[in-house]
Order: sequence, then C-alpha cells, then structure tokens
Amino acid sequence: MDLESLTRTSGEWLKATGPDSDIVMSSRIRLARNLAQFSFPSRADEVARREIEELLRSQIAKKPAGRELTYISVSALSQIDRQMLVERQLISREHSENQGQRGVGISDEENVSIMVNEEDHLRIQVLRSGFALEDCWKEIDAIDDAIEADRTYAFSDRLGYLTSCPTNCGTGIRVSVLLHLPALVHTKEIQKVFQALQKINLAVRGLYGEGSQAMGDFYQISNQVTLGKSEEYLIRTIQDVVPNIVAYERRTRQALVSESRRELHDQVSRAFGILKTARTISSEETMDLLSSVRLGINLGLIEGLEIPTINELFIHTQPAHLQKIRHEKLETVDRNVARADYIRQRLNEQN
Amino acid sequence: MLHITELRHGEVQALHLCESCAQDYLNPSQAAKSASTADSGAAGDASELEELDQKVCPNCGISFKEFRAQGRLGCPHDYVVFADELMKLLENIHGETTHVGKVPKRSPQASQLQFQLIKLRNELRSSVEEERYEDAARIRDSIRELEESRSRSDTPAATSESE
Ligand SMILES: [Zn+2]
Ligand SMILES: [Zn+2]
Repeated sequence: MDLESLTRTSGEWLKATGPDSDIVMSSRIRLARNLAQFSFPSRADEVARREIEELLRSQIAKKPAGRELTYISVSALSQIDRQMLVERQLISREHSENQGQRGVGISDEENVSIMVNEEDHLRIQVLRSGFALEDCWKEIDAIDDAIEADRTYAFSDRLGYLTSCPTNCGTGIRVSVLLHLPALVHTKEIQKVFQALQKINLAVRGLYGEGSQAMGDFYQISNQVTLGKSEEYLIRTIQDVVPNIVAYERRTRQALVSESRRELHDQVSRAFGILKTARTISSEETMDLLSSVRLGINLGLIEGLEIPTINELFIHTQPAHLQKIRHEKLETVDRNVARADYIRQRLNEQN
Repeated sequence: MLHITELRHGEVQALHLCESCAQDYLNPSQAAKSASTADSGAAGDASELEELDQKVCPNCGISFKEFRAQGRLGCPHDYVVFADELMKLLENIHGETTHVGKVPKRSPQASQLQFQLIKLRNELRSSVEEERYEDAARIRDSIRELEESRSRSDTPAATSESE
C-alpha cells in the first residue's frame, strides 16, 4: 500500500457490502492501550517516543492475528498526506496535528489501522462496511491478544486498561456506527433520535468526529462510558439501538416516497443534475447533494449509478484528496473547480 | 477538545479538556470541588485545592494542577498517585469505578516494576540534561537490571490461568 494509490482506490468499508449498508455506512471499534513501562505520549520525551515507536512498529511487523500492515511514519509525512489519512478515517485529527515521533500501521483493505503515539501509545481500530460490530470485535480482540502476548500493557485490577485520558480507562473501547439518515434529517425527526440516545448514554457526532457538524446527513453513534461495563455489554447497547434507528429511517423514507414522491424525485434528480454539470462546487454543497443522490439510488429514483461510487465521492472530494489527485496545492477557489471537474468526470463515466 | 479560561487564586488559567471531562468540570457537582467540600467545611476549600494541585507523580513528574490544565495524565502510575481525586472524576464520567471486562492474560503483578522503570527513565533524562553523567551511568545500569528481570517475568505467565 502506498499513499499515491489511495487517490485511485477506496477502503473496503466504503464498498457497501455489509449488512444494512444502505443506511449503516460503517461499523468501527477502537481500543486504547498503553505500554506499562513508559509515560503516556504527551509526557514522553522524544527519546522515549522513539523507543515506544520502535517497540510497537516491530510488534506491528509481526502481523498481529495474521494481519499484514504497512507502517507509515506520520511525523515524516507532509501536511496534505496526513490530512488525506484523516479524510479516509485511518488516523485521527489529533494524530495528524500532534508533534513528535508517531506513526500508523494500515492494512491494504484499510479496515485495520493501528496508531502509535497518539493520545495513548496504541490506538487499534477495526472498520467494516455496514452493520458488522460482531466482526469488528472478533478481529480487534484477536489483534489486541496478539500484541499483548509480547508486551505488558498498563493495567490495574481495579480500573482496567489505564489510559492517558480518564474518559477512556477501563475497557478503552469506543464502539461506533456511522449512519446515513437523510430522511430523518429532512423531516426533523432526527431530534427525537438524539434525545433517545442521550438517555442511554450514547454520543452522537457528525461525520468527521468531535465538534464537527453533521455533513451529508451522516451521524456517528458511539458509547461514552468505558469503565464498569464489559466490552460485550457496550457493543450490545449499540447493537440493540441501531436496528431501531435503521427501521425509523426506512419508515420515514417510505412515508416520504408515498406522500411526496414527485417532490422527492425532483429533489434527487436536481441534485444529480447539479453534480453532473457544475463547474465549481463547495465541499458543503457537495456533501448535501451526494446525500440526496445516495438516498435517490437507495429508493430506486436514480438508476445506473452504484452506492460505492457515491461513498467514494464523499471521501475523494475532500480537500487533501483533491490536491493529491491533482498533484498540486490548491486554494479554496481552485479546489471548488477541481472538485466539480472530478465529480463530473466520475458521474459521467458511469452512464 | 474544549478550551476554558478561568480565574483561580487571582490568576488566569487556561484549561484544555476533552468534551466529557469538560462537562464534568463545568458541572457544579464536579469532582475536585465536591472532593474538598465533602470532607471539610467550605473554609478550607482554597488551600485544600491548592494543596491538591501541588501533588506530583514521582514517576513522570506531572502535578495534579498540570493534569487539570491539560486533561491528560502523565503515566499509568498517576492512577495510583491521584487515586482519591481521580475516583471522583471517574465516578462522574462513567458512573462506576470498577473495571468489568477484558483482562490481559499476562500477569499484571509486574506493574510495580513498570512504574519503577518510568521513574528511572525520567531521572536518567534529567541527569543527562543537568550533565550529571556519573548519576546517569548509575541509573542506566539500574534500568538495564530492571529490564532484565522484567523480561524474565514477562515470559507469558503460565497459561493454565487463561485456559
Ligand atoms: Zn478527558
Ligand atoms: Zn505519572
């Protein structure tokens, strides 16, 4: 795997192959782990960070649980390359912006990534297309076991896995599901979903994580509590709630179709039309229009276009991807033109 | 990340907390305050907070004040050093303070040794910075010794336990 080729491919999790992938874009589990004999990354000096990185890089090279991973030194990457990894959800924004020796191991399919020297020494992440938390857990549990067979993690009997931030200690697990909910957003029913989720201690965020606004009607649901509940329990909590939201979104879509099919058809067709013809387009508008088109394909209102193409466009139209595709640094105005060019080309080659 | 500026002991302090810690911090029932008011009268508040803030982890050197400012702990041993203060924060964040879930198969008894290693590594760093090379050499030897005894104890503890 090399960074150049990423602009021509898309991760396995974007291929819409998993269960309920019309609404559940992806499932993800991450584990936070630390080596017992070092300070946490924010408190470790460069020498220690290097030592930590060497230890963990050799661990990653041993193909944990049979996973072949390419190790990339994030500290050696250009700002655009780091940003591209953020856009692909392979590293966190924090990991991209941090200082000091740090890296990431990534599988060819992009469904496993292991960050080294992020907020914790290790942030293991497993991604899947669609609603597939069980698969995520099975794999991440095995990877964790494989690394732990050689390394002593910071662990206390009372508090579990010890992490840099007290919000993660205990299991160190973050279970999340990325949902595409255009109908619930359109009808403003989404507020009810938020309220219900807050009551059971689940967090809701926009597509690019903390603090970011929901883009393209994507919402990420994840657990907040990590201490005092087992991994299985935390996974089950999300597993139990997601089918209700999926059913709610489906019902709302059907209601929209039966009550105002013509308006809906008009809206998604116009969105498709703009994307196919625009000469300059902002990132926000792109996300909104792609969301409509994605809905249109799922409802059979748009034909001759596949969901994976749209999923990929959400990622490839982000700023760093566009600049990598064009092999040049582009200011906002030029990016808007490049984005429109790219989308036109991709959508017109389809039909 | 949330950035909060507060006036404390007549001094402006910037706090950097992650979302959930910030919520706990801003909540009137938050950890540190309830900690000091619970044990004694309101009169002792300021000085108790001050005292609490001065507490330092002998391994990584972080003070409780620094933790409050950054929202990040310095090393695994901080969970022992700041146990009292952290328990209240953990209770606020998670509603519970006892781990239920996965346990590493390798024995965690080695942890005291680990904490010792962190401490020595930091001493080594400051002795080099201060050009105390004889101390540095001595510390380096102790680290080597500890690491050797650790790698002996690190060989996966009898698998009988995990089976
Ligand atoms: Zn925090
Ligand atoms: Zn410490």
